[in-house]
Amino acid sequence: MHPFVLALCGGALIGLAATFLLLFNGRVAGVSGIAGGLVGGAEGRPWRLAFVLGMVGGGLLLKVLAPGVFGSEGLYRSPVLLVGAGLLVGYGTRMANGCTSGHGVCGLSRGSVRSLAATLTFMATGAGTVFLVRHLGGAR
Amino acid sequence: MKAAVASGVAGVVFSLGLGLAGMTDPANVQGFLDFTGDWRPALAFVMGGAIGVHGLSRLLVLRRRAPVLEPAFSLPTAAAVDARLLAGSALFGMGWGLSGYCPGPAFTSLATGTVDALTFVAAMVAGMWLFAQVEKRRAAAGAKAAASGPAPVQGEPVDA
Repeated sequence: MHPFVLALCGGALIGLAATFLLLFNGRVAGVSGIAGGLVGGAEGRPWRLAFVLGMVGGGLLLKVLAPGVFGSEGLYRSPVLLVGAGLLVGYGTRMANGCTSGHGVCGLSRGSVRSLAATLTFMATGAGTVFLVRHLGGAR
Repeated sequence: MKAAVASGVAGVVFSLGLGLAGMTDPANVQGFLDFTGDWRPALAFVMGGAIGVHGLSRLLVLRRRAPVLEPAFSLPTAAAVDARLLAGSALFGMGWGLSGYCPGPAFTSLATGTVDALTFVAAMVAGMWLFAQVEKRRAAAGAKAAASGPAPVQGEPVDA
């Protein structure tokens, strides 16, 4: 199948999962908010933990059925880069109260201007960072 | 218990969607962000599909008085576009561009058991923890200031 069609179908599945969580749990499917609540000691540990474990479980299914979706191993150079990036993603998404799912999918679906501002901002700094690393830094 | 099972199912479906969409391949994500290079536009369709389906179906769900398994909906109420939102999003975007991982695909990739995924998720969780500690300190300092005199009340926005 064409990558655009796969992307559209995958996106539809993501939207469906978000609606499922809203229908049964009354919650917004923001991954950083769900996981951050576990770390920060928010209420609702069981459903939060179940969602994150469900994601890992889905990952296991993908690993068996379509291991190619994880890309090629050994793409990365240094653990220092991964740790730095991980800290930025963890800290930044909590500071902004949302990430690609909470702001990018759920917030935009709601028509939230706040989420639109967040999404445009992380897209812009994400693109800027890739530009710096790939085109000026010389490293890939 | 039922709420946890439903949430777990949502997590599974969510991550399958991420995998099908190509979000779990960091090189693909970085390719999407590489507007000036070999741009891979496919991920725009992920957002389109997700927003199309969720944007419409959520309206049907919200016609209910309450969700199936909880007494009430818990929806974000914050609307302010403030410095905290923009600065946090800016930091997140940098980490996203550097690694090609955002939180959902990162948790999903734990299943691969690769050192890369484990390292990234450990650091991401540490970053979340760090922010929670900073917030607690700020809240404690705010309470202290409030006890000794009038201080501006600062509400914490609800997660998106």
